[in-house]
Order: sequence, then C-alpha cells, then structure tokens
Amino acid sequence: MDALIQFWAVYGSLLNFMGINCLLGLSLYVTFSAGLLSLGNAAFYGIGGYTAGILTTHFGAPFPLALVAGTLMAGLAALLLGLPVLRLKGVFLAMATLAFGEVVRIAALNLKVTGGAEGLINIPVITQTWMIYLALAGAAYFLARLHRTRLGWAFQSIREDETAAAAMGVNLTLTKTLAFVIGALLAGLAGGLYAHLNFLITPGEFGFATAVNLLIFNIVGGTRAWYGPLLGAALLTALPEVLRGLGVTAGPIRLFVNGLILLLVILFLPKGLMALFQRRPAPAKG
Amino acid sequence: MNVLGQQLVNGLFIGGVYALFAVGYTLVFGVLDILNLAHAAVFTLGGLMALWLVQNAGLTIWTAFPLAVLFAGLLGLVLDQVAFKPLRRRPDTYFSGLISSIAMAIIFESLAMGVFGAHNSRFPAGTVPVVIWRLGGITITLLQVEILAAVVLMMVALTQLLKRARVGKAIRAVAENQHAARLLGINVDGIIAFTFFLSSALGGAAGILFGLYFDALSPDMGRPIELKGLAVIVLGGMGSVPGAILGGLAFGLSEVLTVAISGTSNLRDAVAFTLLFGIMLVRPSGLLGRGRLREA
Repeated sequence: MDALIQFWAVYGSLLNFMGINCLLGLSLYVTFSAGLLSLGNAAFYGIGGYTAGILTTHFGAPFPLALVAGTLMAGLAALLLGLPVLRLKGVFLAMATLAFGEVVRIAALNLKVTGGAEGLINIPVITQTWMIYLALAGAAYFLARLHRTRLGWAFQSIREDETAAAAMGVNLTLTKTLAFVIGALLAGLAGGLYAHLNFLITPGEFGFATAVNLLIFNIVGGTRAWYGPLLGAALLTALPEVLRGLGVTAGPIRLFVNGLILLLVILFLPKGLMALFQRRPAPAKG
Repeated sequence: MNVLGQQLVNGLFIGGVYALFAVGYTLVFGVLDILNLAHAAVFTLGGLMALWLVQNAGLTIWTAFPLAVLFAGLLGLVLDQVAFKPLRRRPDTYFSGLISSIAMAIIFESLAMGVFGAHNSRFPAGTVPVVIWRLGGITITLLQVEILAAVVLMMVALTQLLKRARVGKAIRAVAENQHAARLLGINVDGIIAFTFFLSSALGGAAGILFGLYFDALSPDMGRPIELKGLAVIVLGGMGSVPGAILGGLAFGLSEVLTVAISGTSNLRDAVAFTLLFGIMLVRPSGLLGRGRLREA
C-alpha cells in the first residue's frame, strides 16, 4: 500500500497529463479520420479551458456545468469556424486553422477576463484522475463504435477520396463539419478538465507548439484506429520521465529524442507505432 | 508625422528581413508543394552560427556572414536528403513531408540549444559600426542601410538566377512538372537539392540580419517568424517569389502601423493573423496567385 501511495505521489500528475493528452490525441484523431489536417484543436482546447475556468472562477458555476459549457463552447467555435474554412484542403486548411489558433491565443493574451499574459489564476482544483480517465474511456468507446457506423464510414470515405465519396452520396459539408465539431468537443472537454487540474492556465499552453504536439501524438501512434493516438500520446508524455529515469535531464536531448522518434516513425513506420502491434492486415469483409 | 515616417522606415527594414525569410520558404513550396516547417530552425541556426563565428572564431561580420549563409545552405541539403528525399515517391508526400519537416525542426532546435546554449545572446558591440543619420527627423542607422542593401542584393540575384541562369530555368521547369523535366534530361533530384540549398541559405541570411537588427539571438528565435513567414507567403501567394517580397514588406509595415495606431504592441500579431485568416477565406491563392515562380 505504501508503495502505491509513493507511486501516486511521484507519478500522479504524470498520469493526469497522460490522460489529458490522450483525450487531445483523440480529438485530433476524429478530425483526421475525415482527412482534415487541423491545427486548430489546440485553440478549441483553450476555448474549453478558458470557458470552464472563467465560469467556475468568476461566476462560481458548478464544475459539471462549467465543463459542459466549455465543451459546447469549443464545439460552437468549431461550427462557426468550420463553415467557412472546411472548403479549404490540405495544407491550406492547416494554415487557416493555425491562423485561427493564433488569433485565439492572442485574444486570451489581451483580454481582461482571461487574465492576460499571467493567465487565468485561482481556478478551483477539482479535476480528479478518475474524471479524466472516465472521460477518456467514454471518448474512446464512442470513437470505437463510431468507426463502424454510417458516419464513421463517411469519414473514412472522405479521407480516402473526397470526389468518390461525394459521388457515392456522402454529404461532404455536413460530414466534414461533424468531424471538425466532434474533434473540437473532445478538445473542449480536455480543456475544461485541464483548467481545473492546476490552479492556473496561460495562453501559451494552447498555442502552435500544442497544436503540433497533437499532430505528433497521432503520427507517432498511428491514425488508423482510435488506440493509435492513445499510444502516441501516452508514450510521448511519459518519455521525459523515462529519460529522466535513464539519467537524461538536459532539455536539448529530450527535445532531440522527441524529434528523432517523429522522424523515424514518418520515415519507416508511416502507419505509426500501432502498425507494430498488428500482425497483418485482416482480409476485407464483404 | 515624423513618428509615422519613422515607423514606416522601420517597417520597411523589418519587412525586408521578413521578405528574405519568406522567399526561401515559398521557393520550396513553389517547387515541391511542400511546406517546410524546418525553415525557421535553419533561420535560427544561421544566425547562431554567424554569432559563433564572430564571437568565438574572431571573424569580422563580413567573413562570418557568407560562411554562416553557406552553413545554412548545407543544412538545407541535409534537410532534403534526410527528411524529404526518402518520402518523395509516397502518395501522401505533401503530408508526410510536412511531418518530417516538423521532426527536423525539433531536431535542429535541440541541436541549437545543445551546441549554442539555451540563453539569449547578442553580437559583440561594434560588430557593425554604429553610424546614425537623421533625415528630416527620421533616424536611419548604417545597420539598417546594410540590411536593406543585403536584402535587395539577394532578392535581385535570386530573381535573375530564376529568370536567366540555366539552373534557374531548370528550377522553374521542375516546379512546373517534374515528369516532363525529367524527360527533358533535367537532373530533378539535383535541382530539388539545389532549391533546398538556396532556400535555406536565404533563410540563414535572414536569421543573421534579424539577429543583428534586434540585437538578440536564441535557439527559439525562429518560432514567431515561422508563423509570420507563413502569413507572408500566404499573403503573397504560395510559391510566388515576388509575392513573398511584397508580402514581407506589407507585413512589416502592417506590424509597425498597428503598433503606431493602437499605441500598444499587444495587437501587432493579432492583425497579422487576422489578415492571414481573412485571406485564407477570401482568396486562398494570395495576392499574386500561384504559379508565379514558374513564370518568374
């Protein structure tokens, strides 16, 4: 029992971060599964976090209500953003969502209600580890089920070939918007949970670096099934601790190992680390 | 009036550096349709290398500058060989290229931190003699003039190279159609490697000038300019060299004018990114559209 308490004291916050990052990985995974390269999910994460945090801190709202409000706010932002930007493809969509993310970050940096550069402080610490993992389990279950639904197939068909999907009667605008909004909802939920974990949130946590991290989780883990991003997020979040265990504490080496893993995966394992766990592709079922 | 004039002049100089950075960025996109997110890391390493040459090797900035630019160009070759060439035949080469460039950016940044230290540094005093002119209340320094001269010189050289030189024509041919270029006997891989060399050399040069102008260098100095450079090339039209030059100047001016008008520097980046966002919605092909590199 003592060992367990000891373990918890040392690694409790790591487990929390891992859960949050897994949830974020899933949020981008949904958007990805419809072939959309979004760099805006970090901003949705921020919108969820700030909305929920402001509601509990400034307005004394109950935590569940704030969490729901943050989640919905992120979804609403995605809906409004998605209508104009989802016409763009590939790198252009990435840049438009990136610009949106920067605007959100700069807004958080300059607004009064968000606390500016110092961040939103005095957020009540409410989030428990079980809440994070409950949300994660729910999200993973939902996505695993979604994979075999009409909507899931529609996502995949768009990812494989947009024109063919449209020809088969898939409503592109609706389907893409749904993928974008579902991804944002998950990011918003992660944001609300994260905001109540640490007493404060700052604009820098929701910027370009985070957007790129979400991308890395997905690439390193793999994007062909829901557990890919979980693998990537868990591994990369734990990596600094593992390296510390190996006696590597210098920042540059950690960064270097991160970059190297990403490079090796994209060069040699384009389907991500999850490809290592799949023996061979299952025969197609009629 | 003088304040505004001074701001416009400052905007012109900083815009020139943005333009130099963005030209290299857009060159690779024009030829390969790949967004090279490691460009900002090369920018950083170019600046830090020049600093090292001046500070530790005791060179003057006049010898350190071309050496560091060469070094940045060689980094471009490394980028191409390690991160882009192996992916060239993949069906999703645009996407995987973007990812591997992110990986290289992280690796380069970690090397910059490991080799040069994570701290802020600056060129030793007197690297460039401090000479100040005042023209009707507007202050211009020798450094600014030199920066602008260097930028203009490199831009003209690049434009002429693309327009007239054999290798420049080959670059445009590869940008237009790789298969056709190969059929015509152009060494496509060699041309792409050269494009990376050129692009990274320009990026490194921008890093050195940036470091001189703001008198501050650090391993993460490339981060803000990475996003600004993106805004610049989108503004000018992805793949367009004249567009990147125009975009850079416009961007530099918009930054200083935002500061001058709003009175605070907080909104500087907001205007830029709102602009980028607006352009993506209204005219994703940018001001000068695509394909201008091919016409040069």
